[in-house]
Amino acid sequence: MLSILNTIIIAVSVLNDKGEVMTFNQLINIWTGSELLNVVIWFCLLILIMYLAKNPAHLTIRSFCHVISQGLSHMAESILSAVIKVKERNKEVLLAAGLEEAEKNIEMEFNRINTVVERDLSGFPVLKRQLQEQIARIEDDYQQSSDIPPAPPGWVDAVDALAKLPDEANENKAVTNILKEIHKTTCDQQKRALDEYRKAVSSHHIILNSLMPYWRKLTQTLDDVAKVITGIHERSVKIDKHMNQYEDIRANSDKAERTLSSSSMTQFFISGIALAIAIWGIAVNFNLIAVPMKEMVGASSYIGPMKTSDVVALVIILVEVSIGIYLMESLRITNLFPVIRQMDDKMRKRLFWFTIGFLLTLAFVEAALAFIRHGMYVDKAQTDNAIEEVAAMGASVTIPTISQMVLSFILPFVLTLTAIPLESFVYSSRTVLGVLTVFFMQLTAFLLNLSGSIITNCGELLINIYNLVVFPLIWAEDMLLNKLNKEPRPVMETKVKEPKLKSHKKSPGDSTIDSSESKEDLDENGLLTTGETAS
Amino acid sequence: MTLFRRLITALMFFCLCLGCASTTSHSIAVYMLVDTSGTYAKQLDQAQKVIRYLLTHLDSGDSLALARIDSGSFSEKDIVAKVTFDGRPSVANKQKLKFKETIDDFISNVKGSPHTDIKGALLQAVDFLNETKAANKTILIFSDMEEDLPDGYKRKLNNKKRNIKGFRVVALNVTKLSSDQIDPERYFERLDTWEKTIEDLGGVWDRVNDLDRLDSLVVRK
Repeated sequence: MLSILNTIIIAVSVLNDKGEVMTFNQLINIWTGSELLNVVIWFCLLILIMYLAKNPAHLTIRSFCHVISQGLSHMAESILSAVIKVKERNKEVLLAAGLEEAEKNIEMEFNRINTVVERDLSGFPVLKRQLQEQIARIEDDYQQSSDIPPAPPGWVDAVDALAKLPDEANENKAVTNILKEIHKTTCDQQKRALDEYRKAVSSHHIILNSLMPYWRKLTQTLDDVAKVITGIHERSVKIDKHMNQYEDIRANSDKAERTLSSSSMTQFFISGIALAIAIWGIAVNFNLIAVPMKEMVGASSYIGPMKTSDVVALVIILVEVSIGIYLMESLRITNLFPVIRQMDDKMRKRLFWFTIGFLLTLAFVEAALAFIRHGMYVDKAQTDNAIEEVAAMGASVTIPTISQMVLSFILPFVLTLTAIPLESFVYSSRTVLGVLTVFFMQLTAFLLNLSGSIITNCGELLINIYNLVVFPLIWAEDMLLNKLNKEPRPVMETKVKEPKLKSHKKSPGDSTIDSSESKEDLDENGLLTTGETAS
Repeated sequence: MTLFRRLITALMFFCLCLGCASTTSHSIAVYMLVDTSGTYAKQLDQAQKVIRYLLTHLDSGDSLALARIDSGSFSEKDIVAKVTFDGRPSVANKQKLKFKETIDDFISNVKGSPHTDIKGALLQAVDFLNETKAANKTILIFSDMEEDLPDGYKRKLNNKKRNIKGFRVVALNVTKLSSDQIDPERYFERLDTWEKTIEDLGGVWDRVNDLDRLDSLVVRK
């Protein structure tokens, strides 16, 4: 025993019996001469020490993992609470933008109705008077065209009286002659009356025929009025729709938010595509003018990593784009700079003409540069041919030169339209950035929670591995306790404490760790229990 | 929202970072040495090929010089022609044509030299190229790399002050001598010696024998 103790003391002091520091091999072979036996002894000693230190080791591992997982969990909670604020802010911004747009749409519709009413219905009194005149004229003509039966002649009564005279042979002869004369006269008059009647009917038809254009005009006028009324009705339907949308937005409804968000995303992608096309246009324009710029500013000077000629070409193109933006602003097509929108009309007109003049100048400059570019390529080709002593191949240079010049002239004007998709892109990018921010924050929170959970479970795994290494002694302990008829120590339920994922809707008191929970989780030894006593 | 819009707009317009004018050169400087000794003087038409390639591939701001390797090459008098191409391409084209004429005159009137002072020419090349302050410095040696110094001439290239770090030394058209036919190892030993000398001085050694593949001569960083 004493010798063993001495050996342990010597081993701990890592000094051999000569007082020198022991080597590793000497330390291993301290017990016996057999290396294998020494290793076994050391292993057994290690297991013994591990068994004796089991509880503190478990506690240490659990505490360490708990610290890390709780830290990660709190970070995740903080991020999720920040997500709520970001979402609210996004919603506020989105609804404000939607409100502004809805107001603009309503205003635009009212302006259109106002224009229609002023243009088409402002002359309604005149129209009414014209209609009344038309109708009066038609009425007159109608009156004129009505048939007035001719009054029967007065001598008809005389004939009637004659016919009633008594019938005597000699006296009736004179009456007969008179009646014959009257009959003849009547026939003539009838014929004359019929002719006059026909003439009158014919003239009445002519009059009625001349009324047709007026009827048609009246009909058309009434149709136009009907169209205007219908148009106003349709616009009022649109206004109703916009007003409903406006009310939804004012009510801060989720439906309005979703609609606006979807609309904003769509605008972002469409304007993104348009901007990408514009960027390609800028690249083409750049290639047309960068080479001839070398002739103007030199090819060997640099600004930073870029050639000066490239920088100058790029600046010219960007100036053209910015001039285009100012042009669009002066025409009130875009609204990127409120200062320009708030200018009075005289100033805006001056700005408009200035930008047009500047653009024209730059367009001519670019066309000239395109011409120089072609000349430079021809000059280089000729020089290379002279150096290589190769005959130059004749090729038509007119068409490519003209094409390049025309393209260079047109492109600055085309690039002015970049302002429109740029405005949409800027407006909608806020929404998209907000959504992406929320997404990445939620993803980060998820990853943090996941990491915490993994760390906690790794801790439990380490504990189980520890127990596995010292299992012979644990098993022996259990056997001994069973033999001594004591209550077996319950198997420690290794509870995996999951970091709690708090819901998004938090109450103010949930921000800190609930300390009562941690007390219940650990017993007096600091072990994680389910409430059962430890053996 | 208004402030955010302004910031985004301003950022998009000022996203190109224009720093101060760069003092770092991006140009290429090439110094070509042509061996005018013995039979090599008759192969200078091959050197013309290389010159033509260089003239067509070098740009404004680049430098080109041609010097002969003769008995005593450490002299400015051995520089046949030198030019730094103007920043304007039109002027540079004229300079190229003039350079070509000068070289053609030289090659048509060249006389052979009795000795070959390659190291002297190399020292002169290093001196010239350092003055150009170019980003890429290349020395082309059109020679059989067999040095033959006159009596009394000393050429040391192992001085630490004469380091050629960042230089590229390319041996062109290194023909085999008749002695190399007897023992080919002499040819490889000669090349290995030069390679070691150049690399000890901090340079990069390369060899191009096929003059139809000159793509690697002009490398712009």
